Amino acid sequence: MTREEIVNKLRERFGADAFSTSEFRDNYRIILPVERVYSVLEYLKISCGFDLLAELGGADYLQYPNARDRYGVWYVLVNTTTGVRLIVKTFTNDPEPTVPSVYPLWKGADWMEREVYDMYGVVFDGHPDLRRILLPDEFTSFPMRKDYPMRGRGERHNFPIISRPES
Amino acid sequence: MPLELADAIATPDGPEQEYLWTLNFGPQHPATHTTLRLILTLDGETIVKAVPDIGYLHSGFEKLGEHLDYNQYVTIVDRKNYISPVANEIAWFAAVEKLMDIQLTPRCQYIRVIFNELMRIHDHLLCCGAAALDLGGFTAFLYAFNQKEKIYDICERASGQRFHPSFLRVGGLLRDVDETWIDMVRAFVRDFPKAWNDIVRLLNRNRIFIERTKDIGVLSKEEATNLSCTGPIARASGVVRDLRKDEPYLAYKDFDFKVICAREGDCFARYLVRMDEMLESCKIIHQAIENLPSGPVNVDADSKVVMPNQLSVYRSIEGLIHHFELIMTNRQWHTPVDEVYAAIESPNGELGYYLIADGSGVAYRTRTRPPSFIHFATFPYMIVGHQVSDVVAVLGSLNIIAAELDR
Repeated sequence: MTREEIVNKLRERFGADAFSTSEFRDNYRIILPVERVYSVLEYLKISCGFDLLAELGGADYLQYPNARDRYGVWYVLVNTTTGVRLIVKTFTNDPEPTVPSVYPLWKGADWMEREVYDMYGVVFDGHPDLRRILLPDEFTSFPMRKDYPMRGRGERHNFPIISRPES
Repeated sequence: MPLELADAIATPDGPEQEYLWTLNFGPQHPATHTTLRLILTLDGETIVKAVPDIGYLHSGFEKLGEHLDYNQYVTIVDRKNYISPVANEIAWFAAVEKLMDIQLTPRCQYIRVIFNELMRIHDHLLCCGAAALDLGGFTAFLYAFNQKEKIYDICERASGQRFHPSFLRVGGLLRDVDETWIDMVRAFVRDFPKAWNDIVRLLNRNRIFIERTKDIGVLSKEEATNLSCTGPIARASGVVRDLRKDEPYLAYKDFDFKVICAREGDCFARYLVRMDEMLESCKIIHQAIENLPSGPVNVDADSKVVMPNQLSVYRSIEGLIHHFELIMTNRQWHTPVDEVYAAIESPNGELGYYLIADGSGVAYRTRTRPPSFIHFATFPYMIVGHQVSDVVAVLGSLNIIAAELDR
């Protein structure tokens, strides 16, 4: 199945205005509202054979030119039989940025979703173990957000120092 | 430090579970090689549950990428997977060059291919050598590291630095390679199969090594794909996928090589796949070095994306202006306002960059798709039901580089 056939199948199944597409170099993107993202990804996995979630990541579009939404989450899907690559993208906003978790579809999403949560504070609804992964649990900010300064807000200097008996 | 990990690592409740005990493995343990921590719940010596706790080396590399320009970031990229630094650079510049739509010169493509394959050999040598070391095979480790030194020498000759070469630039390379470098690569290709054979003769039929790796940490084909595995780990489980063949980048279409796969999906299969890939890489290097095209390594200076050479900066006004335009922070590159994902087959698997550009000379977002991070996530699935001593065998077969894991 080529990209065009897949997109046509999606249009048939979810309606012509359910999503928009964009193309840049060899990247082909499907841009979805967050409510529909889980059902489309499920359809892509089960009916279109996208068995590999190659990459899941997020970004903060706070200072991006002409951006309407704040947080973006992308899924790079690969069909390992045909080698077709597809990028699915969705956006979410403050105050409670939430995206459905795709852990039930691809177990590989586990840590990647935790990392996006850790860095941007995007909550993945339905994730079984959504904790911070790279930063310590005491950390209160989301450091990859664009309003967070590169040199930090002094959290590192204020970590509690505990003695051996207290530990 | 009071971690909230407590919920995740608590042993299951109930009186029949009270005999379970918890073992803290790492962050400072010889077999973790770098800094990562495992919290193992044990029933006797059998592992019931494993919870990795990572982040000890988190240094905000992705945040730094949003403050350094496209050329400067190469030094940070080097430090992600420091065992195959140039492969990281190739992945980063693959994304940047895809964004700016730069077509590299044939000579540059070939040199990048040679470096990519040298890095693959280097990475696999470390992985196989360290795996043997952790399981008690010290000699194989020394043979592997002896060859690794030669690759460091090749990096030093090309770029002046052994460990973090920072050799690539937007649209080309730091500088062209010389005859001595070519001779060094030729000598390496000639001598490597002999050293490879020494390692193989020490390990492939070694009873201790086989007993400790066979049927340990098995990952089936479906599981490997579902857990997002790529590279040698997926191929050892029977997934026939190699970006060098499936989505050829650089000049990989020109070369004749095989994709090495196995069916078993255990630690021994991963070791065998890595060992055989080294010989295939050697074949590619041989073909590339003997057919190295002549011509420039950088794209045309008129395209205004590549640094001009020093002579023209000092001797001509055009060169000076060109240099100035690329260095001044308010000028630099003019990129499309768009985003691009580019991936290469790094030694560890698919290494990709999701690059978001806002038109300035500095990336808006540089997301790495780190194979070590994704492969380490499979560890809890693989280790359950095995013995404590198998932890080092599985860790050794996954080739976790903590700098890439935590970034």
